[in-house]
Amino acid sequence: MLTLALILIPLLAVAAIFFGDAANARKIALIAAAANIAVAIAALSAGCSGFNLNVLSDPNINLALSVDSGISMVMLLLSVIVTLAAVFSGSCPEGREKLWFTSTLLISAGAIGAFISTDLFFFFAFHELALIPTFLMIGILGRGDRKEVAWKTTIYLAFGSIVLLAGLLMIADQLGSFDMTQLKPVESHQNEIALLLIIGFGTLVSLFPFHSWAAPAYASAPAPVSMLHAGVLKKFGLYGLIVVGYEVVPDGMAHWLPLLLVLLLCNIIWVGLVTINQKRLDLMLGNSSVMHMGYIFLAIAALVDNGSSFATQAAVLLMFAHGISIAMSFCLADRIEAKTGTLEINQLGGLAKNAPSLAFLFGLVGMASIGLPGLANFAGEIMVFFSGFEGWEPADGLGPLQITTIIAIWGVVISAVYMLRAFRNIFQGETVNRTEKVNCLSRDEKIPAILLGLILLIVGIYPQAILQFLN
Amino acid sequence: MNSYLLEFLVVAIGVIMLLWEAFASPKNKSKLALIGAGGLTIVLVILILARNCEAWTAVPDWLSRFYTTGGYSLFFKSFALISTILVLLMSYDFRSILNKYTSTDNTDSNTGEFYTLPIFACAGLMWMASATDLVSIFVSLELVTITFYVMVAYMRRNVGSLEAGVKYLILGALSTGFLVYGIAWLYGAIGTTDLAKIATMELTSSYPLLFGLSLIIISLGFKVGAVPMQLWIPDVYQGAPTPITAFLSIASKAAGFGVAIVILQPFLASDSIGGNVQLILYIMAAATLLYGNLSALAQTNFKRLLAYSSIAHAGFLLLALSVSDFQTIKFYLATYLIMTFAGFFILNLIRVQDNSDEIDGFDGLGKRNPNLALALTITMAAMAGVPLTAGFWGKLFVFKSILTEPLPWPVIVIAFVAAAAGFYYYFKVIRAIYWHKPANDKPLIIPCISKYAIIILTVAIVVIGVYPIAIECLIGG
Repeated sequence: MLTLALILIPLLAVAAIFFGDAANARKIALIAAAANIAVAIAALSAGCSGFNLNVLSDPNINLALSVDSGISMVMLLLSVIVTLAAVFSGSCPEGREKLWFTSTLLISAGAIGAFISTDLFFFFAFHELALIPTFLMIGILGRGDRKEVAWKTTIYLAFGSIVLLAGLLMIADQLGSFDMTQLKPVESHQNEIALLLIIGFGTLVSLFPFHSWAAPAYASAPAPVSMLHAGVLKKFGLYGLIVVGYEVVPDGMAHWLPLLLVLLLCNIIWVGLVTINQKRLDLMLGNSSVMHMGYIFLAIAALVDNGSSFATQAAVLLMFAHGISIAMSFCLADRIEAKTGTLEINQLGGLAKNAPSLAFLFGLVGMASIGLPGLANFAGEIMVFFSGFEGWEPADGLGPLQITTIIAIWGVVISAVYMLRAFRNIFQGETVNRTEKVNCLSRDEKIPAILLGLILLIVGIYPQAILQFLN
Repeated sequence: MNSYLLEFLVVAIGVIMLLWEAFASPKNKSKLALIGAGGLTIVLVILILARNCEAWTAVPDWLSRFYTTGGYSLFFKSFALISTILVLLMSYDFRSILNKYTSTDNTDSNTGEFYTLPIFACAGLMWMASATDLVSIFVSLELVTITFYVMVAYMRRNVGSLEAGVKYLILGALSTGFLVYGIAWLYGAIGTTDLAKIATMELTSSYPLLFGLSLIIISLGFKVGAVPMQLWIPDVYQGAPTPITAFLSIASKAAGFGVAIVILQPFLASDSIGGNVQLILYIMAAATLLYGNLSALAQTNFKRLLAYSSIAHAGFLLLALSVSDFQTIKFYLATYLIMTFAGFFILNLIRVQDNSDEIDGFDGLGKRNPNLALALTITMAAMAGVPLTAGFWGKLFVFKSILTEPLPWPVIVIAFVAAAAGFYYYFKVIRAIYWHKPANDKPLIIPCISKYAIIILTVAIVVIGVYPIAIECLIGG
């Protein structure tokens, strides 16, 4: 029953906020997010039986929830942690508390549901649950060109979902069941299904060339939405490729491996160069998140190529680390905007003088996203690069995967360029107009960033904390 | 007593109401809607309670050629009854607009028949559900169509309603011509109009037979709103009184599919011409999906949007028909009833209060009435087919059966593109609700009947979305 509680808690909180008093909205959301962390930890440490409710007899579809697999456990942890941080983050406009907190919790419930479902249908359906709140939050409370962006995002995500649905239905049709615990390679049409999955899941993870929705969406969305979307929900596609794609159509994935390698390089190098060119911090972070997806695709490519469980571990660890670090970045970027009124990098400067802890925390997460040793992303990235050479002998000569890995490593340099430059321009040097009268972070503003920063540090020093789930 | 007496009972209710209407004081005629709804509810209860009783379902010999209680008749009868009840309830809340366009002094002195006609249509729909002979199908179909001619044009001081009535009359007559002509060719080709007999015959493919069948399929296309007979839908839907639009788009469409199942079942099952019939059906389905979804993209009027959406839904239903997946048709129609009625009840409210059926009419609904806005959001999400709402399952089953059959891939691709396009135009309504500023701050007064109808229908959308077994139990496995 604990697994069901993981979804019910946020959903009940949504109902309570919608029908209750707006003044209590934040309190209810905080309680729900904290309770969910407690339940998740209880479920992971004590181990719990799954939940199963038959909702349809023909075809046999069950609301089946379980946290037995290691990947689900890690993703569940990521979801509940980022949810708590997201509820703390951002500044909700006066009078919009209901929309703000119900949307945040709905997105969270969708993500958690998708990661702990063991039925293909609910796996897909829970992810879709987040579509409408995202649309509304960007469209109503977003920044800049919010309406355009909301449309674009929704159309991309709906397109990806429909393609994905076609792939999943072809799988369910061949396997004769929606049960994700009994996935096995299908007999025919592997290539077609694999392509549908790569496009479908790929669009949701902003795989090149279906990536152009992501950066504007994250830049425009209110902080909790970009944190949850970039940090948690986007990992759904990667999770799906590992858990469903690789299990069901390994040969089909291998068939498209060359294509995947080219696309992921485009994610890393092309989008990386685009990122360097950004003038606004939010767009830069959004693009960097798209770029970093390339590394995780690299781990998936390595998994398809050499089938080592090492590649899965690398992918999952980096998914976790990236989820935490990108959420923390968006949380802090939102604070920078709240304090200075702008995110144009060249209008800022010397922020470290008046807001030292903001500068420290941003520096920490900046270093993490570059891949500095000692922080979680490093552990993930280094494992990804190693997985590219897993089982490789010098006598074999360099294969496509190895060459891709070698080129991909240059992405680290690109990250360093844009991240350090942004840090220097925003925080160092003399204070400018915008940063003269800035206060440092208040206690409430620090909580989410410190929470996420600590996790980056712990996992960076002791990656086994996450990897233990995967053995 | 036998089940076929139910139709007579419905007609009797209608006749008694007409008599009462003729002598009643001109003040209280809208009460007829409630009386009619009550009467039909009793019929519905009898139908459901007695459905498994053998003496009840037996059909006497003299009637058995024309009437059956088997197959899907029970489902389509309950469907007709439920939708007529809801239409009557909706009409009651619609009375102020109706009065405005039927009398000079805003009283309901001229509206009595409006609340009685749906009852006769309902009797026709019930007959249609049980009809097993092409002749009885034709007669009951005409009973329904003729009452609809009157209802569509009922607001006689409103030009839109009159225009809708004329269009529906002319095109309806045309489609009737197609149907009779098709039946004649069919009879000429195989020598019987008894569908039970046709089901046991060795059918051979011949041009007269195929020609007759094509004519019948085209005229059924008129009823369900499928290409090439879809042109009347937007104008008639927009012009007709809102409850009648709902009636047309739900009960009339469902009846069309009920008849299509009965007529086409033996032909689809036949080895010799099943392939040809299937080909016609899925080409029609693909064209219908494209037409409905692409035209819906540009609509600014909510009623027209629902019209194109109903064309689009007909496309999905036709796909299920083409692969003989009748169970899916039932399921799809049942969920379609729930979400479409929810949509029309809300539209009806806005129409009565703000006199608008443009999408702009929903501007700022999120501020004016957050609960109603939530209900409409859920309804639109369900129509778009967002998972965990009732509307998703029907589409899922259709996709599953066309992938299993499988139909040619261009048709499958069109189906998926159509489903994706749906997101755009339904979300346009959600956008109006939340993104735009309200045009006026007048609070919305929700009448009691509409309020409970909307609550029940919205809750049903969510419950079925998460737990579809609930509806499977209702419609039978």
